[in-house]
Amino acid sequence: MSNSTITASPAENTKPEKAKKPASLWSDAWYDLRHSKVFLFGAALALLLVIIAAFPSLFSSVDAFNPSTCDLSRARDGIESAHWFGSDNLGCDTYSRVIYGARVSIIVGIVATLATSIVGGFLGLLAGFYGKWTDVLLSRVAEIFFAIPSILGALLILAVIGRDNAGIGSVVLALSVLAWPLVLRIMRAAVITTKSQDYVLAARALGAGPVRIMVRHILPNAVAPVIVVTTMNLGVFIAAEAALSFLGVGIQSPDISWGLMIADSRNRFLEAPAPLLFPALFLSITVLAFVMLGDAVRDALDPKLR
Amino acid sequence: MTNPAPAVDTHLLPADSGPPGTEPLLAVDNLHVEFKTRQGLVRAVNGVSYALNAGETLAVLGESGSGKSVTAQAIMGILDMPPARIPKGEIRFRGTDLLKLSESARTQIRGQQIAMVFQDALSALNPVFTVGWQIAEMFRVHRGLRKKAAYAKAIELMDRVRIPAARQRVNDYPHQFSGGMRQRIMIAMSIALDPDVLIADEPTTALDVTVQAQIMELLAELQRESNMAMILITHDLGVVADVADKIAVMYGGRIVENAPVHDVYKNPAHPYTKGLLESIPRVDQKGQELYAIKGLPPNLLDMPSGCAFHPRCPFRQDDCVTDVPPLHAISGTRSSACHYWREVLDGVER
Repeated sequence: MSNSTITASPAENTKPEKAKKPASLWSDAWYDLRHSKVFLFGAALALLLVIIAAFPSLFSSVDAFNPSTCDLSRARDGIESAHWFGSDNLGCDTYSRVIYGARVSIIVGIVATLATSIVGGFLGLLAGFYGKWTDVLLSRVAEIFFAIPSILGALLILAVIGRDNAGIGSVVLALSVLAWPLVLRIMRAAVITTKSQDYVLAARALGAGPVRIMVRHILPNAVAPVIVVTTMNLGVFIAAEAALSFLGVGIQSPDISWGLMIADSRNRFLEAPAPLLFPALFLSITVLAFVMLGDAVRDALDPKLR
Repeated sequence: MTNPAPAVDTHLLPADSGPPGTEPLLAVDNLHVEFKTRQGLVRAVNGVSYALNAGETLAVLGESGSGKSVTAQAIMGILDMPPARIPKGEIRFRGTDLLKLSESARTQIRGQQIAMVFQDALSALNPVFTVGWQIAEMFRVHRGLRKKAAYAKAIELMDRVRIPAARQRVNDYPHQFSGGMRQRIMIAMSIALDPDVLIADEPTTALDVTVQAQIMELLAELQRESNMAMILITHDLGVVADVADKIAVMYGGRIVENAPVHDVYKNPAHPYTKGLLESIPRVDQKGQELYAIKGLPPNLLDMPSGCAFHPRCPFRQDDCVTDVPPLHAISGTRSSACHYWREVLDGVER
């Protein structure tokens, strides 16, 4: 980044940017993010989607979960003033269903990401810090999960759980179980690099115990790559949830999910494209928003790209 | 190294300069450290002994790979084991062998009783925390102070190591300080808990010459104030002269000369020390070619037979190739691991 070198040279300090207090990796990264259009755009979109997910009734006067709002006689009607996105096979309002469907996507995305990052991050920290048999054990277990192809593995897990028990919880479980090894690997690598730094040795020489060294000296210096993967995972998991629901093993009716809506409308696509196109559009925008966030965070935190 | 290490009789050694019969504050006794590597066993330290009393400064001199830092890290207990291993030796602090203590007991000693200053303060300070936080952490963790009190102590310490405008700079990050200031912060952290022994591992190597003098002066002053014992590890003879009381010169993982600092400068008793002294640039020799010790430092994986220094030694005789020289006592306070220390003292080269 262009401004990261300014602090090193006193001559440049007279420039207007001297107002920027030169500081840690985190405040540098935050400075970059605030000035990144990609981040601001992605963050605005993501925020909007989170608000939609939290308060769908603010955006739609129709309660999509109430079957009495559907009218079979309107089935597959096109776009009209009362139904902006048309109506689906059962005559339900596509707009309100798209709005209410955001919740599943956002919840699955956030919960699966948190679960993966916490489990993978914690185990990666242990594996990298303690090394030896702890590392061997955790890394081998991670590799077993890593070897399973993700959509296939998730399909299998969800098939075992069964349709009757399928829902947000099982989708989150299926995605997290297969994704944590990636976070573990990244965390482990970062911890191993950090562990050999002089300041860790210095902390030991000044009497810091192992837990303190791990939490205070290694974790803050090793967590950046995990944060990047975490942000990127948000988009990936949202897309994966839609894929699983589309395949019929994820979210089940009467719950609303964009993937499920796409699946329901696909047979009548030529006749009534709106009920398929609008959830697909929202899905794309959501994934795009989180991928943009992830990209911007990576740019800000990855020292190799600076 | 295939030949056995010589049995160094520690009673011959002028180990303690303190009153006879009393245990020195810190005594390293016949310490051996080896590293398991893919290429084989590296014997980094082969029977090092030295002793230190309160208020004393011992300079450990030697080139890279001579084992001086490894000895210090063994004292601190911060060697990674494995690959490191301590097959033999004792490190006694106030009479207790540190090597026999549990890891948690050693953690208690680190920082509080024996502390260490590292060579490169930028990499030895945690980049994500402010210096104030890092100094204050010492008080929070070990003294149980609250955040505010710990910060007040941190500012006090920064003043004590002469960081200008300490109050304003307490919330700055390590990379915002100059090299000398960073080293002062490192020193502040290491003396925070009033340790009895301070090990400074090349504290001035990463600094420029004017700053080096200031840092050495600061260390000497702090030592006078608190009567700390100090081990100063360096490869720079110039740094040593003013600060140290005694010198231990290391070569190939072994002490080759032990002496009070002024004796060494006046009249070295080991050819390696002599070579080191002669290779210091001097104003009165302007225009002449600078002396250099010929050859390369020994390969620790494949040590020369006999005396490790023999391939580079101008005093070499046949028995240097075969016999490892023991540490000969020259006087009550001096010793030299050279078969021909008399000739070296007399300056007779062959």
